[in-house]
Amino acid sequence: MLDPKKYQKDFPILARRINGKKLVYLDNAATSQKPLTVVRAMEDFLLKHNANVHRGIYALSEEATALYENARKSAAKFINAGSESEIIFTRNATESINLVALTWARQNLKAGDEILTTEMEHHSNIVPWQILAKERGLELKFLPTLPEKGILDLNKLPNLLSSKLKLVCVGHMSNLLGTVNPLVEIIGQAHQVGAKVLVDGCQAAPHLPVDVQKLNADFYAFSGHKMLGPTGIGVLWAKQEILEATEPILGGGDMIKNVTQTEATWNAVPWKFEAGTPNVVGAIGLAAAIDYLNDLGMKNIWQHEQKLVEYVIPKLKAIAGLNIFGISEVSKNRGAIFSFWLDGLHPHDLASIFDEAGIAIRAGHMCAQPMLSALGKPAATRASFYFYNTLAEADAFLDAIEKAKKVFKL
Amino acid sequence: MSELYREIIIDHYKNPRNFGKLKDPDINGAEDNIVCGDRVEWFLKLDSAGRVKEVKWQGEGCALSQASASLLSEMLIGKKLTEINKLGVKDIYRIVGEKLNPSRQKCATLSVEALKQALTKK
Repeated sequence: MLDPKKYQKDFPILARRINGKKLVYLDNAATSQKPLTVVRAMEDFLLKHNANVHRGIYALSEEATALYENARKSAAKFINAGSESEIIFTRNATESINLVALTWARQNLKAGDEILTTEMEHHSNIVPWQILAKERGLELKFLPTLPEKGILDLNKLPNLLSSKLKLVCVGHMSNLLGTVNPLVEIIGQAHQVGAKVLVDGCQAAPHLPVDVQKLNADFYAFSGHKMLGPTGIGVLWAKQEILEATEPILGGGDMIKNVTQTEATWNAVPWKFEAGTPNVVGAIGLAAAIDYLNDLGMKNIWQHEQKLVEYVIPKLKAIAGLNIFGISEVSKNRGAIFSFWLDGLHPHDLASIFDEAGIAIRAGHMCAQPMLSALGKPAATRASFYFYNTLAEADAFLDAIEKAKKVFKL
Repeated sequence: MSELYREIIIDHYKNPRNFGKLKDPDINGAEDNIVCGDRVEWFLKLDSAGRVKEVKWQGEGCALSQASASLLSEMLIGKKLTEINKLGVKDIYRIVGEKLNPSRQKCATLSVEALKQALTKK
Protein backbone atom coordinates (compact mmCIF):
# COMPACT_ATOMS: atom_id res chain seq x y z
CA MET A 1 0.00 0.00 0.00
CA LEU A 2 1.19 3.42 -0.95
CA ASP A 3 1.86 5.79 1.96
CA PRO A 4 0.87 9.29 0.82
CA LYS A 5 2.69 11.01 3.68
CA LYS A 6 5.98 9.69 2.34
CA TYR A 7 5.44 11.51 -0.95
CA GLN A 8 4.23 14.84 0.42
CA LYS A 9 7.82 15.87 1.18
CA ASP A 10 8.60 15.70 -2.55
CA PHE A 11 6.12 18.56 -3.08
CA PRO A 12 7.38 21.72 -1.36
CA ILE A 13 4.06 23.51 -1.92
CA LEU A 14 2.24 20.97 0.25
CA ALA A 15 4.17 22.29 3.29
CA ARG A 16 2.70 25.76 2.79
CA ARG A 17 0.33 27.31 5.28
CA ILE A 18 -2.80 29.00 3.97
CA ASN A 19 -4.79 31.28 6.28
CA GLY A 20 -2.73 29.96 9.17
CA LYS A 21 -3.51 26.30 8.42
CA LYS A 22 -1.45 23.64 6.66
CA LEU A 23 -2.55 23.52 3.04
CA VAL A 24 -4.85 20.63 2.13
CA TYR A 25 -4.83 20.59 -1.65
CA LEU A 26 -7.95 18.93 -3.06
CA ASP A 27 -8.20 20.49 -6.52
CA ASN A 28 -6.19 17.89 -8.39
CA ALA A 29 -8.77 17.45 -11.13
CA ALA A 30 -8.01 21.08 -12.07
CA THR A 31 -4.24 20.72 -11.81
CA SER A 32 -1.84 18.64 -9.75
CA GLN A 33 1.07 19.93 -7.71
CA LYS A 34 4.64 19.45 -8.95
CA PRO A 35 7.38 17.41 -7.28
CA LEU A 36 10.89 18.82 -6.95
CA THR A 37 12.22 16.32 -9.52
CA VAL A 38 10.04 17.83 -12.25
CA VAL A 39 11.13 21.37 -11.42
CA ARG A 40 14.78 20.28 -11.26
CA ALA A 41 14.59 18.47 -14.62
CA MET A 42 13.31 21.62 -16.33
CA GLU A 43 15.84 23.81 -14.52
CA ASP A 44 18.65 21.41 -15.44
CA PHE A 45 17.66 21.57 -19.11
CA LEU A 46 17.47 25.37 -19.16
CA LEU A 47 20.75 25.82 -17.32
CA LYS A 48 22.80 23.06 -18.96
CA HIS A 49 21.32 21.71 -22.18
CA ASN A 50 19.24 24.47 -23.74
CA ALA A 51 19.34 24.70 -27.54
CA ASN A 52 16.73 24.42 -30.25
CA VAL A 53 15.83 20.86 -31.21
CA HIS A 54 16.25 19.01 -34.52
CA ARG A 55 18.88 19.59 -37.21
CA GLY A 56 21.42 21.34 -35.01
CA ILE A 57 24.80 19.83 -35.77
CA TYR A 58 26.43 21.00 -32.57
CA ALA A 59 26.56 18.94 -29.38
CA LEU A 60 24.14 21.05 -27.37
CA SER A 61 21.38 20.79 -29.97
CA GLU A 62 21.93 17.04 -30.14
CA GLU A 63 21.51 16.87 -26.37
CA ALA A 64 18.33 18.94 -26.46
CA THR A 65 16.92 16.84 -29.32
CA ALA A 66 17.71 13.60 -27.49
CA LEU A 67 16.02 14.86 -24.30
CA TYR A 68 12.95 16.03 -26.22
CA GLU A 69 12.61 12.81 -28.21
CA ASN A 70 13.20 10.71 -25.09
CA ALA A 71 10.28 12.53 -23.51
CA ARG A 72 8.18 11.34 -26.46
CA LYS A 73 9.32 7.77 -25.82
CA SER A 74 8.38 8.10 -22.13
CA ALA A 75 4.92 9.38 -23.04
CA ALA A 76 4.47 6.53 -25.56
CA LYS A 77 5.46 3.90 -23.00
CA PHE A 78 3.26 5.50 -20.34
CA ILE A 79 0.09 4.79 -22.33
CA ASN A 80 1.53 1.72 -24.12
CA ALA A 81 1.43 3.30 -27.58
CA GLY A 82 2.64 1.06 -30.40
CA SER A 83 5.33 3.56 -31.32
CA GLU A 84 6.62 6.95 -30.17
CA SER A 85 5.79 8.35 -33.61
CA GLU A 86 2.14 8.16 -32.53
CA ILE A 87 2.77 10.80 -29.85
CA ILE A 88 2.15 14.43 -30.83
CA PHE A 89 3.05 17.05 -28.27
CA THR A 90 0.39 19.75 -27.84
CA ARG A 91 -0.33 22.43 -25.25
CA ASN A 92 -2.89 20.34 -23.38
CA ALA A 93 -5.75 17.88 -23.84
CA THR A 94 -8.00 20.68 -25.11
CA GLU A 95 -5.56 21.44 -27.90
CA SER A 96 -5.22 17.70 -28.62
CA ILE A 97 -8.99 17.38 -29.10
CA ASN A 98 -9.12 20.54 -31.20
CA LEU A 99 -6.27 19.20 -33.32
CA VAL A 100 -8.35 16.14 -34.20
CA ALA A 101 -11.31 18.40 -34.99
CA LEU A 102 -9.23 20.67 -37.20
CA THR A 103 -7.39 17.90 -39.05
CA TRP A 104 -8.76 14.37 -39.22
CA ALA A 105 -12.42 15.28 -38.62
CA ARG A 106 -12.38 18.28 -40.92
CA GLN A 107 -10.77 16.25 -43.69
CA ASN A 108 -12.95 13.16 -43.39
CA LEU A 109 -16.43 14.26 -42.32
CA LYS A 110 -18.96 15.72 -44.73
CA ALA A 111 -22.35 17.38 -44.37
CA GLY A 112 -24.90 15.02 -42.84
CA ASP A 113 -22.29 12.93 -41.02
CA GLU A 114 -22.68 12.51 -37.28
CA ILE A 115 -20.47 12.97 -34.25
CA LEU A 116 -21.51 11.47 -30.93
CA THR A 117 -20.30 12.91 -27.64
CA THR A 118 -21.75 12.37 -24.17
CA GLU A 119 -23.72 14.37 -21.67
CA MET A 120 -21.01 14.06 -19.02
CA GLU A 121 -18.16 15.48 -21.11
CA HIS A 122 -15.99 18.43 -20.17
CA HIS A 123 -16.69 21.45 -22.39
CA SER A 124 -13.41 20.72 -24.18
CA ASN A 125 -14.95 17.55 -25.63
CA ILE A 126 -18.16 19.33 -26.66
CA VAL A 127 -17.38 22.81 -27.94
CA PRO A 128 -14.79 21.86 -30.62
CA TRP A 129 -17.43 19.52 -32.08
CA GLN A 130 -20.12 22.20 -31.95
CA ILE A 131 -17.84 24.54 -33.88
CA LEU A 132 -16.98 21.90 -36.48
CA ALA A 133 -20.60 20.74 -36.80
CA LYS A 134 -21.71 24.31 -37.51
CA GLU A 135 -18.92 24.86 -40.02
CA ARG A 136 -19.43 21.59 -41.90
CA GLY A 137 -23.13 20.88 -41.50
CA LEU A 138 -22.52 17.86 -39.30
CA GLU A 139 -24.92 16.59 -36.69
CA LEU A 140 -23.70 16.51 -33.09
CA LYS A 141 -25.51 14.00 -30.91
CA PHE A 142 -25.28 13.25 -27.20
CA LEU A 143 -25.25 9.94 -25.41
CA PRO A 144 -27.40 10.68 -22.32
CA THR A 145 -26.56 9.78 -18.75
CA LEU A 146 -28.56 8.33 -15.92
CA PRO A 147 -28.01 11.42 -13.75
CA GLU A 148 -28.96 9.85 -10.39
CA LYS A 149 -26.62 6.94 -11.03
CA GLY A 150 -23.84 9.09 -12.43
CA ILE A 151 -23.20 6.81 -15.40
CA LEU A 152 -23.72 6.84 -19.15
CA ASP A 153 -26.98 5.33 -20.33
CA LEU A 154 -25.45 2.59 -22.46
CA ASN A 155 -28.88 1.24 -23.37
CA LYS A 156 -29.30 4.34 -25.50
CA LEU A 157 -26.10 3.70 -27.44
CA PRO A 158 -27.33 1.17 -30.05
CA ASN A 159 -30.00 3.61 -31.28
CA LEU A 160 -27.35 6.27 -31.83
CA LEU A 161 -25.17 4.02 -33.96
CA SER A 162 -25.50 4.16 -37.72
CA SER A 163 -23.42 4.33 -40.87
CA LYS A 164 -23.70 8.14 -40.63
CA LEU A 165 -21.79 8.10 -37.35
CA LYS A 166 -18.13 8.87 -38.00
CA LEU A 167 -16.72 9.79 -34.61
CA VAL A 168 -17.48 9.02 -30.97
CA CYS A 169 -15.96 11.35 -28.34
CA VAL A 170 -15.96 10.11 -24.78
CA GLY A 171 -14.13 10.86 -21.56
CA HIS A 172 -12.19 8.09 -19.84
CA MET A 173 -13.04 9.55 -16.42
CA SER A 174 -15.51 12.39 -15.78
CA ASN A 175 -13.97 15.51 -14.24
CA LEU A 176 -17.24 16.29 -12.47
CA LEU A 177 -18.46 12.85 -11.41
CA GLY A 178 -15.26 10.79 -11.21
CA THR A 179 -17.05 8.08 -13.18
CA VAL A 180 -14.82 5.76 -15.20
CA ASN A 181 -16.64 4.99 -18.43
CA PRO A 182 -16.88 1.49 -19.99
CA LEU A 183 -14.61 2.36 -22.90
CA VAL A 184 -14.00 -1.15 -24.23
CA GLU A 185 -17.73 -1.66 -24.71
CA ILE A 186 -18.29 1.79 -26.27
CA ILE A 187 -15.28 1.51 -28.57
CA GLY A 188 -16.29 -1.98 -29.66
CA GLN A 189 -19.81 -0.85 -30.60
CA ALA A 190 -18.57 2.31 -32.35
CA HIS A 191 -16.08 0.36 -34.44
CA GLN A 192 -18.82 -2.00 -35.59
CA VAL A 193 -20.44 0.85 -37.52
CA GLY A 194 -17.06 2.11 -38.70
CA ALA A 195 -16.86 5.15 -36.41
CA LYS A 196 -13.54 6.25 -34.92
CA VAL A 197 -13.29 6.89 -31.18
CA LEU A 198 -11.59 9.79 -29.45
CA VAL A 199 -10.97 9.38 -25.73
CA ASP A 200 -10.46 12.39 -23.48
CA GLY A 201 -8.00 10.91 -21.02
CA CYS A 202 -7.33 14.08 -19.09
CA GLN A 203 -8.63 12.76 -15.76
CA ALA A 204 -7.66 9.13 -16.25
CA ALA A 205 -4.02 9.33 -17.35
CA PRO A 206 -2.86 10.84 -14.03
CA HIS A 207 -4.71 8.29 -11.90
CA LEU A 208 -4.89 4.84 -13.47
CA PRO A 209 -2.93 2.60 -15.86
CA VAL A 210 -3.76 3.45 -19.49
CA ASP A 211 -3.18 1.03 -22.36
CA VAL A 212 -4.31 2.59 -25.64
CA GLN A 213 -3.66 -0.62 -27.58
CA LYS A 214 -5.82 -2.68 -25.26
CA LEU A 215 -8.54 -0.01 -25.36
CA ASN A 216 -8.24 0.01 -29.15
CA ALA A 217 -9.15 3.70 -29.23
CA ASP A 218 -8.24 5.77 -32.29
CA PHE A 219 -7.32 9.01 -30.50
CA TYR A 220 -6.34 9.57 -26.87
CA ALA A 221 -5.79 13.06 -25.40
CA PHE A 222 -4.25 14.07 -22.08
CA SER A 223 -2.59 17.01 -20.30
CA GLY A 224 0.77 17.09 -18.53
CA HIS A 225 -0.17 19.51 -15.77
CA LYS A 226 -2.76 17.21 -14.19
CA MET A 227 -0.12 14.47 -13.78
CA LEU A 228 2.70 16.35 -12.01
CA GLY A 229 4.03 18.00 -15.17
CA PRO A 230 4.12 21.69 -16.04
CA THR A 231 1.34 23.59 -17.80
CA GLY A 232 1.63 24.04 -21.56
CA ILE A 233 2.43 20.45 -22.49
CA GLY A 234 -0.09 17.83 -23.53
CA VAL A 235 -0.31 14.78 -25.72
CA LEU A 236 -2.39 13.61 -28.62
CA TRP A 237 -1.96 9.93 -29.32
CA ALA A 238 -3.45 8.55 -32.53
CA LYS A 239 -3.04 5.34 -34.48
CA GLN A 240 -0.11 5.56 -36.88
CA GLU A 241 -2.16 4.88 -40.02
CA ILE A 242 -4.57 7.68 -39.14
CA LEU A 243 -1.75 10.15 -38.61
CA GLU A 244 -0.09 9.08 -41.87
CA ALA A 245 -3.30 9.73 -43.81
CA THR A 246 -4.06 13.09 -42.16
CA GLU A 247 -2.93 16.51 -43.39
CA PRO A 248 -1.41 18.96 -40.89
CA ILE A 249 -3.13 22.21 -39.95
CA LEU A 250 -0.24 24.37 -38.77
CA GLY A 251 2.50 25.11 -41.28
CA GLY A 252 6.01 26.31 -40.53
CA GLY A 253 9.40 25.11 -39.46
CA ASP A 254 10.08 21.52 -38.42
CA MET A 255 6.89 20.14 -39.99
CA ILE A 256 8.28 20.15 -43.57
CA LYS A 257 10.62 18.00 -45.58
CA ASN A 258 11.11 20.29 -48.55
CA VAL A 259 9.89 23.79 -49.42
CA THR A 260 9.86 25.59 -52.79
CA GLN A 261 8.14 28.85 -53.70
CA THR A 262 5.04 26.97 -54.76
CA GLU A 263 4.73 24.01 -52.46
CA ALA A 264 6.00 22.01 -49.54
CA THR A 265 6.21 18.36 -48.59
CA TRP A 266 5.64 17.19 -45.05
CA ASN A 267 8.00 15.77 -42.50
CA ALA A 268 7.21 12.29 -41.14
CA VAL A 269 4.74 11.79 -38.26
CA PRO A 270 4.62 13.01 -35.58
CA TRP A 271 6.70 16.05 -36.57
CA LYS A 272 4.40 17.10 -39.40
CA PHE A 273 1.92 18.08 -36.68
CA GLU A 274 4.46 20.04 -34.62
CA ALA A 275 5.13 23.25 -36.52
CA GLY A 276 7.57 25.70 -34.97
CA THR A 277 9.84 25.33 -31.97
CA PRO A 278 8.00 23.00 -29.59
CA ASN A 279 7.65 23.24 -25.81
CA VAL A 280 10.92 21.41 -25.13
CA VAL A 281 11.12 22.40 -21.46
CA GLY A 282 7.53 21.28 -20.96
CA ALA A 283 8.16 17.91 -22.60
CA ILE A 284 11.20 17.36 -20.38
CA GLY A 285 9.14 18.28 -17.32
CA LEU A 286 6.45 15.83 -18.44
CA ALA A 287 9.06 13.07 -18.84
CA ALA A 288 10.28 13.68 -15.28
CA ALA A 289 6.65 13.55 -14.11
CA ILE A 290 6.17 10.21 -15.88
CA ASP A 291 9.35 8.89 -14.24
CA TYR A 292 7.94 9.88 -10.86
CA LEU A 293 4.58 8.22 -11.56
CA ASN A 294 6.26 5.07 -12.88
CA ASP A 295 8.33 4.81 -9.69
CA LEU A 296 5.11 4.85 -7.69
CA GLY A 297 3.27 2.59 -10.11
CA MET A 298 -0.04 3.63 -11.65
CA LYS A 299 -1.72 0.54 -10.15
CA ASN A 300 -0.64 1.63 -6.68
CA ILE A 301 -1.89 5.17 -7.29
CA TRP A 302 -5.29 3.86 -8.39
CA GLN A 303 -5.40 1.50 -5.40
CA HIS A 304 -4.73 4.36 -2.98
CA GLU A 305 -7.46 6.42 -4.60
CA GLN A 306 -9.84 3.46 -4.28
CA LYS A 307 -9.03 3.47 -0.58
CA LEU A 308 -10.00 7.14 -0.45
CA VAL A 309 -13.27 6.32 -2.23
CA GLU A 310 -14.01 3.59 0.32
CA TYR A 311 -13.28 6.01 3.14
CA VAL A 312 -15.00 9.15 1.89
CA ILE A 313 -18.19 7.94 0.15
CA PRO A 314 -19.91 6.41 3.21
CA LYS A 315 -19.03 9.47 5.30
CA LEU A 316 -20.36 11.87 2.66
CA LYS A 317 -23.53 9.83 2.35
CA ALA A 318 -24.09 10.16 6.09
CA ILE A 319 -24.24 13.98 5.91
CA ALA A 320 -27.85 15.17 5.94
CA GLY A 321 -28.83 17.34 2.98
CA LEU A 322 -25.79 16.31 0.97
CA ASN A 323 -26.32 14.96 -2.51
CA ILE A 324 -23.33 13.20 -4.10
CA PHE A 325 -23.01 13.63 -7.86
CA GLY A 326 -21.84 10.52 -9.66
CA ILE A 327 -21.74 6.95 -8.39
CA SER A 328 -22.75 7.38 -4.76
CA GLU A 329 -21.56 4.04 -3.47
CA VAL A 330 -18.14 2.46 -3.14
CA SER A 331 -17.36 1.29 -6.65
CA LYS A 332 -14.37 0.35 -8.76
CA ASN A 333 -15.89 2.49 -11.50
CA ARG A 334 -15.20 5.78 -9.82
CA GLY A 335 -12.10 7.75 -8.93
CA ALA A 336 -11.46 10.00 -5.93
CA ILE A 337 -13.35 12.99 -7.32
CA PHE A 338 -16.17 13.95 -4.98
CA SER A 339 -18.67 16.49 -6.30
CA PHE A 340 -21.79 17.28 -4.37
CA TRP A 341 -24.61 19.65 -3.58
CA LEU A 342 -25.40 20.64 -0.01
CA ASP A 343 -28.91 21.99 0.60
CA GLY A 344 -28.93 25.54 1.98
CA LEU A 345 -25.29 26.23 1.17
CA HIS A 346 -24.10 27.63 -2.14
CA PRO A 347 -20.87 26.01 -3.45
CA HIS A 348 -19.09 29.38 -3.45
CA ASP A 349 -19.83 29.89 0.24
CA LEU A 350 -18.63 26.38 0.96
CA ALA A 351 -15.42 27.01 -0.97
CA SER A 352 -14.77 30.16 1.07
CA ILE A 353 -15.25 28.32 4.35
CA PHE A 354 -12.90 25.57 3.11
CA ASP A 355 -10.40 28.26 2.17
CA GLU A 356 -10.51 29.66 5.70
CA ALA A 357 -9.49 26.17 6.85
CA GLY A 358 -6.61 26.05 4.35
CA ILE A 359 -8.44 23.53 2.15
CA ALA A 360 -8.40 24.12 -1.61
CA ILE A 361 -11.48 22.76 -3.34
CA ARG A 362 -13.38 23.97 -6.38
CA ALA A 363 -16.87 25.41 -6.72
CA GLY A 364 -18.76 26.24 -9.89
CA HIS A 365 -19.83 24.51 -13.08
CA MET A 366 -16.57 22.53 -13.57
CA CYS A 367 -16.74 23.09 -17.33
CA ALA A 368 -19.47 20.46 -17.43
CA GLN A 369 -22.64 22.53 -17.72
CA PRO A 370 -24.64 19.95 -19.73
CA MET A 371 -24.07 17.39 -16.94
CA LEU A 372 -25.04 19.89 -14.24
CA SER A 373 -28.19 20.69 -16.22
CA ALA A 374 -29.01 16.98 -16.29
CA LEU A 375 -28.51 16.93 -12.53
CA GLY A 376 -30.73 20.02 -12.22
CA LYS A 377 -28.17 22.04 -10.27
CA PRO A 378 -26.54 25.40 -11.09
CA ALA A 379 -23.16 24.53 -9.60
CA ALA A 380 -21.23 21.92 -7.66
CA THR A 381 -18.64 21.73 -4.93
CA ARG A 382 -15.79 19.39 -5.87
CA ALA A 383 -12.93 17.88 -3.89
CA SER A 384 -10.52 15.89 -6.05
CA PHE A 385 -7.77 13.81 -4.47
CA TYR A 386 -4.40 12.47 -5.63
CA PHE A 387 -1.91 9.92 -4.34
CA TYR A 388 -0.33 12.47 -1.97
CA ASN A 389 -3.61 13.06 -0.13
CA THR A 390 -3.99 11.28 3.19
CA LEU A 391 -7.01 9.93 5.02
CA ALA A 392 -6.35 12.66 7.60
CA GLU A 393 -6.82 15.23 4.83
CA ALA A 394 -10.06 13.51 3.89
CA ASP A 395 -11.11 13.98 7.52
CA ALA A 396 -10.19 17.67 7.35
CA PHE A 397 -12.39 17.96 4.26
CA LEU A 398 -15.30 16.18 5.94
CA ASP A 399 -14.89 18.25 9.13
CA ALA A 400 -14.98 21.45 7.06
CA ILE A 401 -18.38 20.45 5.65
CA GLU A 402 -19.69 19.98 9.20
CA LYS A 403 -18.20 23.32 10.21
CA ALA A 404 -19.83 25.05 7.24
CA LYS A 405 -23.18 23.56 8.23
CA LYS A 406 -22.74 24.95 11.74
CA VAL A 407 -21.81 28.43 10.46
CA PHE A 408 -24.93 28.38 8.31
CA LYS A 409 -27.01 26.87 11.11
CA LEU A 410 -28.06 23.89 9.01
CA MET B 1 -16.27 30.60 13.77
CA SER B 2 -15.90 32.18 10.36
CA GLU B 3 -14.40 35.61 9.71
CA LEU B 4 -16.28 35.98 6.47
CA TYR B 5 -19.64 34.60 7.48
CA ARG B 6 -20.39 36.63 10.56
CA GLU B 7 -23.74 36.34 12.28
CA ILE B 8 -25.18 39.34 10.39
CA ILE B 9 -24.41 37.79 6.98
CA ILE B 10 -25.98 34.45 7.86
CA ASP B 11 -28.99 36.23 9.35
CA HIS B 12 -29.61 38.33 6.23
CA TYR B 13 -28.99 35.32 3.96
CA LYS B 14 -31.51 33.18 5.76
CA ASN B 15 -34.00 35.98 6.47
CA PRO B 16 -33.60 38.41 3.59
CA ARG B 17 -35.18 41.83 4.27
CA ASN B 18 -37.36 43.54 1.66
CA PHE B 19 -37.37 40.39 -0.45
CA GLY B 20 -39.92 40.32 -3.25
CA LYS B 21 -41.24 42.35 -6.17
CA LEU B 22 -43.01 45.68 -6.58
CA LYS B 23 -45.73 46.34 -9.12
CA ASP B 24 -45.08 49.32 -11.41
CA PRO B 25 -41.71 50.25 -9.93
CA ASP B 26 -40.18 53.62 -10.82
CA ILE B 27 -36.81 51.94 -10.98
CA ASN B 28 -36.14 48.35 -11.94
CA GLY B 29 -32.99 46.52 -13.08
CA ALA B 30 -30.94 43.40 -12.54
CA GLU B 31 -27.43 42.10 -12.77
CA ASP B 32 -26.11 38.53 -13.13
CA ASN B 33 -22.82 37.00 -12.20
CA ILE B 34 -22.38 34.53 -15.05
CA VAL B 35 -19.59 32.65 -13.32
CA CYS B 36 -21.68 31.43 -10.39
CA GLY B 37 -25.23 32.09 -11.54
CA ASP B 38 -25.90 34.72 -8.86
CA ARG B 39 -28.65 37.24 -9.64
CA VAL B 40 -30.05 40.34 -7.96
CA GLU B 41 -33.00 42.42 -9.23
CA TRP B 42 -34.14 45.72 -7.72
CA PHE B 43 -37.59 47.37 -7.57
CA LEU B 44 -37.81 50.97 -6.22
CA LYS B 45 -40.70 53.38 -5.85
CA LEU B 46 -40.17 57.10 -5.28
CA ASP B 47 -42.30 59.71 -3.49
CA SER B 48 -43.18 63.11 -4.95
CA ALA B 49 -39.94 64.56 -3.57
CA GLY B 50 -37.96 61.94 -5.44
CA ARG B 51 -36.95 59.96 -2.37
CA VAL B 52 -37.14 56.18 -2.15
CA LYS B 53 -40.51 55.29 -0.67
CA GLU B 54 -40.54 51.53 -1.15
CA VAL B 55 -37.84 49.02 -1.97
CA LYS B 56 -37.90 45.33 -2.85
CA TRP B 57 -35.36 43.02 -4.35
CA GLN B 58 -35.28 39.42 -5.44
CA GLY B 59 -32.48 37.11 -6.40
CA GLU B 60 -30.70 33.85 -5.97
CA GLY B 61 -27.15 32.80 -5.31
CA CYS B 62 -24.55 32.58 -2.60
CA ALA B 63 -24.81 34.05 0.88
CA LEU B 64 -22.51 36.99 0.08
CA SER B 65 -24.52 38.18 -2.91
CA GLN B 66 -27.88 37.72 -1.23
CA ALA B 67 -26.99 39.04 2.22
CA SER B 68 -25.34 42.12 0.75
CA ALA B 69 -28.48 42.86 -1.27
CA SER B 70 -30.59 42.47 1.87
CA LEU B 71 -28.30 44.76 3.88
CA LEU B 72 -28.16 47.28 1.06
CA SER B 73 -31.95 47.33 0.78
CA GLU B 74 -32.13 48.61 4.35
CA MET B 75 -29.99 51.60 3.46
CA LEU B 76 -32.16 52.91 0.66
CA ILE B 77 -35.41 54.16 2.20
CA GLY B 78 -35.65 57.98 2.25
CA LYS B 79 -32.60 58.42 0.05
CA LYS B 80 -32.52 60.55 -3.09
CA LEU B 81 -31.25 58.96 -6.27
CA THR B 82 -28.21 61.24 -6.23
CA GLU B 83 -27.35 59.82 -2.81
CA ILE B 84 -27.88 56.24 -3.97
CA ASN B 85 -25.66 56.92 -6.92
CA LYS B 86 -22.87 57.72 -4.50
CA LEU B 87 -23.11 54.27 -2.91
CA GLY B 88 -20.26 52.11 -4.10
CA VAL B 89 -18.32 48.96 -3.46
CA LYS B 90 -16.70 50.60 -0.44
CA ASP B 91 -20.08 50.67 1.30
CA ILE B 92 -20.47 46.97 0.59
CA TYR B 93 -17.05 46.17 2.03
CA ARG B 94 -18.05 48.13 5.12
CA ILE B 95 -20.96 45.71 5.50
CA VAL B 96 -19.40 42.36 4.58
CA GLY B 97 -15.80 43.04 5.62
CA GLU B 98 -12.70 43.67 3.58
CA LYS B 99 -11.14 40.24 3.69
CA LEU B 100 -12.67 39.08 0.41
CA ASN B 101 -10.50 37.63 -2.32
CA PRO B 102 -11.16 38.91 -5.87
CA SER B 103 -13.45 36.05 -6.90
CA ARG B 104 -15.70 36.63 -3.89
CA GLN B 105 -15.65 40.42 -4.25
CA LYS B 106 -17.78 39.96 -7.36
CA CYS B 107 -20.39 38.10 -5.31
CA ALA B 108 -20.51 40.75 -2.62
CA THR B 109 -20.71 43.71 -4.97
CA LEU B 110 -23.33 42.21 -7.30
CA SER B 111 -26.13 43.94 -5.35
CA VAL B 112 -24.68 47.42 -5.78
CA GLU B 113 -23.82 46.73 -9.44
CA ALA B 114 -27.42 45.68 -10.01
CA LEU B 115 -28.64 48.85 -8.32
CA LYS B 116 -26.43 51.03 -10.53
CA GLN B 117 -27.70 49.10 -13.53
CA ALA B 118 -31.29 49.88 -12.46
CA LEU B 119 -30.52 53.58 -12.04
CA THR B 120 -28.96 53.94 -15.49
CA LYS B 121 -32.08 52.41 -17.01
CA LYS B 122 -34.30 55.10 -15.53
